[in-house]
Amino acid sequence: MGDILLILILLGFTYMTGTIIEKKHFEKIKKREIALIKKPIINFGAKTWDTNRKVKKIEFVSGECVISGDYFKNFVASLKNFFGGRLTTFESILDRGRREAILRMREKAHKKGANFIINARIESVMLNDRYSNQDTVPQCAIIAYGTAVTYE
Amino acid sequence: MILTNIENVPGMVITAQLGLVSGSTVRAKNAIKDFGAGLKNMVGGELKSYTELLTEAREEAIHRMQQQAQMMGANAVINIRLATSSVTVGAAEVYAYGTAVKVQPKG
Repeated sequence: MGDILLILILLGFTYMTGTIIEKKHFEKIKKREIALIKKPIINFGAKTWDTNRKVKKIEFVSGECVISGDYFKNFVASLKNFFGGRLTTFESILDRGRREAILRMREKAHKKGANFIINARIESVMLNDRYSNQDTVPQCAIIAYGTAVTYE
Repeated sequence: MILTNIENVPGMVITAQLGLVSGSTVRAKNAIKDFGAGLKNMVGGELKSYTELLTEAREEAIHRMQQQAQMMGANAVINIRLATSSVTVGAAEVYAYGTAVKVQPKG
């Protein structure tokens, strides 16, 4: 009985903290995205730039983020996993992580005065393997990188 | 040293190709930070210490790649790719690889 109570308290607590942290994070991301809109133009996959203008500087830029879920999200996902379907709780985590990594890359490029980021790529990896230990909450490491071009 | 992740260097011409260069690193944080991250893991959010770890790992991998390119006498590395993998819990591997080339300004 005591175990079930402890789990319920943990679920309730992590649900609250997880929701608050996620809401704040999404608000921050939105603000930063609006502030940076179109500043370094970002180009996924394409490898072209404005050839009519003289290039002053070429730099490699990247942004990293390690994001983790919470106990409640993990619990819901493991239930959902049984019945199948979309794991919405994990979707939001990965969305946050990717957007954060891309934003960091863009902010770095913007600080350096770049006009353009070409061939941006995103690379991600799970830091702890969920299948080896069912109790661990997944952590996702994301690196976004690209080539920043500054015109004269 | 010029680093790009496209097949050429904007505004320059490639005069010599020197082959593959790569650098990799596996890094881990200390046990106290691992414990802190474990607590943060329960409540959710970004794990700042692991983000730091990833940044350090990426910088070191690229630095090693650059050193290798310098030994070959290159002045640029093109088509860089970053790959990551998890070795154990709390450690991250970052592998950077690219083609070392010699470049000259156009004209």
